[in-house]
Amino acid sequence: MGCVQGMMMRKALQQSLVPVLAVIAVIVAIWYIACVPMNSAWTAQQLERSGGTMTVTEHIADTWSQERPRLPSPHQVGAELWKSTIAMKPSSKRSLIYHGKITLTATMLGFAIGTGLGILLAVGIVHSRAMDMSVMPWAIVSQTIPIIAIAPMIIVVLYSIGVQGTLPKAIISAYLSFFPVVVGMVKGLRSPDAMQLDLLQTYHASKSQSFWKLRLPASMPYLFTSLKIGVAASLVGAIVGELPTGAVRGLGARLLSGSYYGQTVQIWSALFAAALLAAALVAIISLIERIVLKRMGVAA
Amino acid sequence: MTPCPTITARNLDLTFETNDGPVHALKDVALDINKGDFVSFIGPSGCGKTTFLRCIAGLETPTAGEISVNGMSPEDARRARAYGYVFQAAGLYPWRTIGGNIRLPLEIMGFSKTEQTERMKRVMNLVDLDGFERKFPWQLSGGMQQRASIARALAFDADILLMDEPFGALDEIVRDHLNEQLLHLWAQTNKTIGFVTHSIPEAVYLSTKIVVMSPRPGRITDVIDSPLPRERPLEIRDSAAFIEIAQRVRDGLRAGHDDA
Repeated sequence: MGCVQGMMMRKALQQSLVPVLAVIAVIVAIWYIACVPMNSAWTAQQLERSGGTMTVTEHIADTWSQERPRLPSPHQVGAELWKSTIAMKPSSKRSLIYHGKITLTATMLGFAIGTGLGILLAVGIVHSRAMDMSVMPWAIVSQTIPIIAIAPMIIVVLYSIGVQGTLPKAIISAYLSFFPVVVGMVKGLRSPDAMQLDLLQTYHASKSQSFWKLRLPASMPYLFTSLKIGVAASLVGAIVGELPTGAVRGLGARLLSGSYYGQTVQIWSALFAAALLAAALVAIISLIERIVLKRMGVAA
Repeated sequence: MTPCPTITARNLDLTFETNDGPVHALKDVALDINKGDFVSFIGPSGCGKTTFLRCIAGLETPTAGEISVNGMSPEDARRARAYGYVFQAAGLYPWRTIGGNIRLPLEIMGFSKTEQTERMKRVMNLVDLDGFERKFPWQLSGGMQQRASIARALAFDADILLMDEPFGALDEIVRDHLNEQLLHLWAQTNKTIGFVTHSIPEAVYLSTKIVVMSPRPGRITDVIDSPLPRERPLEIRDSAAFIEIAQRVRDGLRAGHDDA
């Protein structure tokens, strides 16, 4: 049994590993090819200034190794990522770990606020028709406003009452993450069918008993789907929250300072760091989801 | 001893307001169900048999007429947890074990942990599911799931058991087996049972009283008190008395169909 399972796992892994690696290889190849036209003007300009000559191969190689290219090549971004995460002391002001931690703090705080608020609103919406009619439209409207427009206002308003640092960023992050939680939880809490609700009626169960024993457990799969969307949105919110203040710390600040000084390699490595962070957060939630659902006996 | 009716209905009317206009689900329904009776409601779809059962359970409110359960209104009887209800689908919570599912009503009704365990074990034994309490519903067959749902309805020991086509989704072999078990269980517990079914043999085999209903509007066309003894082996279905009752039920269903 164990042996058969192991073989099946290995086979599945092999089957998925090859296509996954192939897709990555294609993306990297396209990236390298794109670097040539993007950066060759600069190479040509430098060549003209110095009056030297270059073969085509040398010209292409140069587009992949400029100090401030329009589009940095994959290995440049990789090297910068390595340098600013593994090779550098995490306390350094140029370490992405240092900046990542600051953004992560705001993300987690915002995610916690957003999730809590989202669940509370969903509970209210499911139990009160008035809240259903009044809150839901505003929740939808709130997401139609571009976050980049509302973020500076939140920062300014909070600054004027003396709140700054992590909290304003967390609030922007919560603003983005509460919505998927509300939508998912409303659907999840309403997922029990009429028969399930009738059954609880025959026991003369109270509303809170119906909530804890039926609605909440039934909503778990919906909640985790929402949390995965929500945590990614939280990270975007925290980064956006770092932009308008001209913050000096955080992944958003790295993006900003990179663009001030034309440090494209720095921008791209900060972008990749943010993407990796988001992927890790989603992976952690997926893991918790699997553990919880398994304990609930849902997964075979 | 004069039997005192556990459930009585007089001039019961129920009209549903739908988008296509009013639907007359029950018309002038009158019935007495005595303590310890096994009453089947049989009739085609739309004859109001499920609606009537739901009226008894206080899940629907009649538009007119009187109905009492244990001398109370159905609403009060529901509050007093006077009955256990078994639906067509087992409706077990997938995130609870079989034992956990049977504990559900006991938790809601505030039984102590030890009493919950004791009752859970007892009813699991009654429906012949010993040793399955740690299994999850998906690990059980449809028939076993339905037995678990009957155990859940029995767990808090209400006098009345209301069953809405509980075996409708099961195959005939499983159904026969469960019918036999249900009779056995009824004999052991002496409950009053209301049982909705589509099947003539099932109704005749199980019941002491068969209520034949017909649709548009839903009404009672015949009430048959079964002369069969309480002790019923499966072979009784080949006896002359059984066939005679089945014939009368069939006639009642046909008559109801004709004037509709």
